[in-house]
Amino acid sequence: MVRRPWRLAAELAALVIAVVVAFPLYWMVLSAFKPAGEIESTNPRPWTLSPSLDSFRRLFQQEEFGRYFLNSVVVAVSVVLISSVIAFLAATAVTRFKFKFRTTLLIMFLIAQMVPMEALAIPLFFQMRDLGQLNTLGALILPHIAFSLPFAIWMLRGFVKAVPEALEEAAALDGASRTRFLWQILFPLVFPGLVATSVFSFISAWNDFLFAKSFIISDTSQSTLPMALLVFFKPDENDWGGIMAASTVMTIPVLIFFVLVQRRLVSGLGGAVKD
Amino acid sequence: MTHDITLSKPDGPTAAGRGPGGSAPGPRRVRKRPPGRRGPAWTPWLYLAPALVVLAALLAYPIYQLGLISFLEYTQAQVSGGEPTTFKGFGNYAELFRDEQFWQVLTATVVFAAACVISTLAVGCALAVLLTRIRAVPRLILMMASLGAWATPAITGSTVWMFLFDQDFGPVNKLLGLGDHSWTYDRYSAFALVLFEVVWCSFPFVMVTVYAGIRAVPSEVLEAASLDGASQWRIWRSVLAPMLRPILVVVTIQSIIWDFKVFTQIYVMTGGGGIAGQNLVLNVYAYQKAFASSQYSLGAAIGIVMLLILLAVTLVYLRLLRRQGEEL
Repeated sequence: MVRRPWRLAAELAALVIAVVVAFPLYWMVLSAFKPAGEIESTNPRPWTLSPSLDSFRRLFQQEEFGRYFLNSVVVAVSVVLISSVIAFLAATAVTRFKFKFRTTLLIMFLIAQMVPMEALAIPLFFQMRDLGQLNTLGALILPHIAFSLPFAIWMLRGFVKAVPEALEEAAALDGASRTRFLWQILFPLVFPGLVATSVFSFISAWNDFLFAKSFIISDTSQSTLPMALLVFFKPDENDWGGIMAASTVMTIPVLIFFVLVQRRLVSGLGGAVKD
Repeated sequence: MTHDITLSKPDGPTAAGRGPGGSAPGPRRVRKRPPGRRGPAWTPWLYLAPALVVLAALLAYPIYQLGLISFLEYTQAQVSGGEPTTFKGFGNYAELFRDEQFWQVLTATVVFAAACVISTLAVGCALAVLLTRIRAVPRLILMMASLGAWATPAITGSTVWMFLFDQDFGPVNKLLGLGDHSWTYDRYSAFALVLFEVVWCSFPFVMVTVYAGIRAVPSEVLEAASLDGASQWRIWRSVLAPMLRPILVVVTIQSIIWDFKVFTQIYVMTGGGGIAGQNLVLNVYAYQKAFASSQYSLGAAIGIVMLLILLAVTLVYLRLLRRQGEEL
């Protein structure tokens, strides 16, 4: 065991690091609540004496802000739900069946993870145009499903593998059909793994900045949160209060999601890599 | 013949400490299963169908198109139908490789990604070890702070770090007494600023994963080692490091992939690639070529170069996995 003075020093170091790590988020929220005059002070203070909602008011005065927020939620939730179900089925196939080309497929899923989505923005742009999806949320949802699938399948594999095969045999003896086993027994058992993978697909969809910028070009009512944030960047002088308020509103849903799944995420990562 | 021998042994050769996949040499044990359980041979393909359809339509086909465009003359004139599309062969690549800026951006991308990966791994691993040495409350505090950084979307993380380092209103310059020093004006300090943000939001993944890995090492193993008089360093080197190797490989590769593809941070923090493009990385460069100057074929060629580099990384990864005897 670690001796006491060393442990205390380590704990102190951990607390200092925690403060440093949390500081940007603290500064973001603080700046969002600072009144207009104070945020432009060249002598910034790490507190505020008169918290104000001005920046948030400016944010919600942007006509479409609520709409952007809703669009972001629709995109992220659709991506999470659809890719979870598809990845669950695929992960089951590659772990519980032996078939020709199984290894080839696994390698292809691995390679698919490497594909930089920014490079694919060019062909996807033409594809979405041909599919008539430009300026719709579909142009944001569809590519993100494809981009989060390979990682999700790869990660879920460990969870499906961990479910003993004997369970399946027992279920069969009890007369459960394969479909029933899949959804009523296997699905709940790998649910913690699905939660962990859904964190990654949620973040990738919620973060999306590039596709929103490139595929939603004329109909801004179909835009998402990052675009609402960009409004406050001005060539002459950035509206930092507005930027920080928009950033706060954009970060909080993810933070809530993280706190909710925190335990499962940590154990999930452990489970996925122990494999 | 050999089959019968293996079957009669209760444990089989898997007990030799190989992975759970049981990829030990020698004949496999025949599993008994109720007749008819496997179902028709196409069942796995039925399960795979949705994934394959999505990946074929939205990943494989776009990659094919990306390759195709990179061989064509494809600019705004062709997109709008004003001029016919012509085949250029390797012309775009030749043009790209002749361009001095391309080599500069390529070098910057590799060096920047390497710096990000090394810093992220160093910080993540060090803090994972620190987490194992402290009591529950400080551990929870550090874990929560890190999860907060991890949860922050790339675009908001970028804006907040920009604001922290703002030349007029940021607290960092004030704290360091730098006056109105601009971090984004100089090429290297602009890259450094982006690096700070990237490390900040990506070390938590490494930390949590490695921490989970260390916790999975049975405590008896560590106790036995320290009873045998092994030093802390020796325990780390001879006991922990080998057991953590698979995890370290995973987080390293994952970091390489993510950091090589950094886009949002550079785009937002350096205003699309810095003054006169001094902070461009391949990803942003490809995007600028394609969307800002409508040179779709050049952008596509850059994309293909990136794909090939990442493919090479993947192949190295696969070899490492194979050498560790992991069964796919």
